[in-house]
Amino acid sequence: MEKIKVKIDNHTLEVEKGTSILNAAKAAGIYIPTLCHMEMKDIGIDHKPGGCRICSVEVSGRRNLAPACATETADGMEVNTHSMRVINARRTIMEFILSDHPKDCLICPKSGDCDLQNMAIKLGIRQIPGQEFAAMSTYKTDESPSIIRDLDKCIMCRRCETMCNDLQTVGALSAFNRGFMSAVGPAFQMDIEDSPCTFCGQCVAVCPTGALTEHDHTRDVINALANPKKTVIVQTAPAVRAALGEEFGMPAGTLVTGQMVTALRELGFHYIFDTDFAADLTIMEEGTEFLDRLTKFLNGDKEVKMPILTSCCPAWVNFFEHNFPEMKDIPSTARSPQQMFGSIAKTYFADKINVKREDLVVVSIMPCLAKKYEAQRDEFKVNGNPDVDIVLSTRELARLIKQANLNLANLPESDFDHPLGESTGAAVIFGVTGGVIEAATRTAYEIYTGKSLPRISFDQLRGFEGIRAASVDLNGFELKIGIAHGLGNARKLLEDIKAGRSEFHAIEIMSCPGGCIGGGGQPLHHNNTDILKARIQAIYSEDDKKVIRKSHENPYIIKLYEEFLGKPLSHKSHELLHTNYFDRSSKIEIS
Amino acid sequence: MSRIKVKLKEKDVLKLKEICKEFNNEPGELINVLHRSQEHFGYLPAEIQEVVAQELNISLAKVYGVVTFYSFFTMVPKGKHPISICTGTACYVRGAENVLHEFKKQLKIEVGQTTGDGKFSLSCLRCVGACGLAPVVMIGEKTYGRVSPDGVADILKEYAE
Ligand code: SF4
Ligand code: SF4
Ligand code: FES
Repeated sequence: MEKIKVKIDNHTLEVEKGTSILNAAKAAGIYIPTLCHMEMKDIGIDHKPGGCRICSVEVSGRRNLAPACATETADGMEVNTHSMRVINARRTIMEFILSDHPKDCLICPKSGDCDLQNMAIKLGIRQIPGQEFAAMSTYKTDESPSIIRDLDKCIMCRRCETMCNDLQTVGALSAFNRGFMSAVGPAFQMDIEDSPCTFCGQCVAVCPTGALTEHDHTRDVINALANPKKTVIVQTAPAVRAALGEEFGMPAGTLVTGQMVTALRELGFHYIFDTDFAADLTIMEEGTEFLDRLTKFLNGDKEVKMPILTSCCPAWVNFFEHNFPEMKDIPSTARSPQQMFGSIAKTYFADKINVKREDLVVVSIMPCLAKKYEAQRDEFKVNGNPDVDIVLSTRELARLIKQANLNLANLPESDFDHPLGESTGAAVIFGVTGGVIEAATRTAYEIYTGKSLPRISFDQLRGFEGIRAASVDLNGFELKIGIAHGLGNARKLLEDIKAGRSEFHAIEIMSCPGGCIGGGGQPLHHNNTDILKARIQAIYSEDDKKVIRKSHENPYIIKLYEEFLGKPLSHKSHELLHTNYFDRSSKIEIS
Repeated sequence: MSRIKVKLKEKDVLKLKEICKEFNNEPGELINVLHRSQEHFGYLPAEIQEVVAQELNISLAKVYGVVTFYSFFTMVPKGKHPISICTGTACYVRGAENVLHEFKKQLKIEVGQTTGDGKFSLSCLRCVGACGLAPVVMIGEKTYGRVSPDGVADILKEYAE
């Protein structure tokens, strides 16, 4: 690689040719503010529309200021990142952006963690001239069960569009209109719920303002907890414990499982359970279904569909229902762990504690926004009563804990309750890409070969690349496994299956980068993918610490089958733990 | 829960497919495809955008984004008598804004819309090169010069059948 010399402020340094001024400055430890720019190279994102100009710097010999994010360095270039001219220009730019932005910061859902607000603070903005000239847009707020869109707060950075189109290949969002009226949204400004949106929440995860946020359900939880007639139980997804600490100032990758349980107990939940229990249950059902299909396939059954695809990610389910409805028989019929938990809680557990279904409130804490949508699907209701009543994201749980004046860092650790709080190491790794298939392989291996695993971890299934392939030796049979995270990567594997090119027997798909730990409901990573990797490490370390690391050895799962379900794929299992999928594609009707 | 259902006549769908084919179904030719489609159909309703999106393999949101970004694309059919008001500098300075306002008031429509009876539609133009006559209004092929808000009612009367 060709190296060139540049001088930034008072630092002279060598950089690779083609490096942007922004990245060269970063290498020299110099911070240049940005708003629209978003670079996450290891998930294939390099978004530099050069639109906001907040990153303007002075380049010697040039008349105009240059946007640092979108300008390449050149040999001998001299850059000044904080001349008075630059500071002045940044202020003017910021004032201009704010002249077209609502001023209700006090009650904005992004307040406190908003890039735009932080930039206004950083630049010391104290007045906003020119407001009288701005024709502020007044779009109606679009409320879906997962996402709320308040387009008047959009600053047209178009990061969301890049996530939805490039990373996810969903194409639900595009910029439309121009000038003060420009915004980002679905075709014909339809509600997002009517669009092909999967509710993966990756747009929300990167929006620098309050334009895209989660649908906050913390009030509903407070009301349920305050109602003496209700028994309120909670389940927490594996990825939450590896990220919640960040909201309380702890470094990324800090595991806060025990403190989180204590906080939930302090908040007044009657039973603190673990979605991990349901993840073990998912392995029993999905793993058995897989072995069933595999055995038929190996016996030459032409009817059986291969490969089997995992089905625990609800955004992924939405994705194939919209885009690949002709393949809706291929994914496992197993419900997601969240829904398996809800279903068991409102039958088996409700009976055990003698509470009527209607009086039991099931709350889940999820790293995910698609789970909010999933919980209100009709298939997951009994006589109108949902199996899971309220879904909170990790961010919302942090808010609730803060409202109760609890500081997570100072809380003692405690354990989940029984019976739905016991889980294995196999379940906790559901939170990372490759984890579900590793958990399934641990169980499938032992059942298929009748032997116990020599080594529990399958390193070949781990990693961060978007698409991975690995194989596992099952008594001489080579089981081929595919893994994808990010829906664009999933799409590639699906196209292969469709074209008959796929060699895999089983494929795991997660919609979010890194798996659930990178979900749309997690603490904001502000484009730093190292945070995702730290969370992955945290999850694997929790697995290592567990005494039981294979789902089929969870004693409470064994008991659940003995007392209630019979065996995996039994009639009762089918009724409570499996589902079916729908064709939700759009068709052109010809009249 | 599902996306808009689209209804089109078979021959219209065929025509659209033909247009897309002319441009090799290239996503990069979206603007040209939309131009040609608007030439043929007069406007670009949702149905047409849906077919174009499918044929060029572009998201519907993106097609809509392009249609709404460029002012020469329209999603509503033009009226029988399309009214264009010049808002170029000369006309603007001489009160085109007030004239526009009067048209909006009388027709009860906004710029880019068509009256319920399909008779009139309203749009703005950049300089038509008749600055000496400013402010200028065109209705169909006919040009009106030195229009004042008071004259709007009389002009519209000419088109009463
Ligand atoms: S909605 Fe948010 S992420 Fe999308 S363009 Fe607007 S400000 Fe940027
Ligand atoms: S939630 Fe996901 S699919 Fe929906 S608009 Fe956002 S990025 Fe696109
Ligand atoms: S951050 Fe560089 S132009 Fe927006």
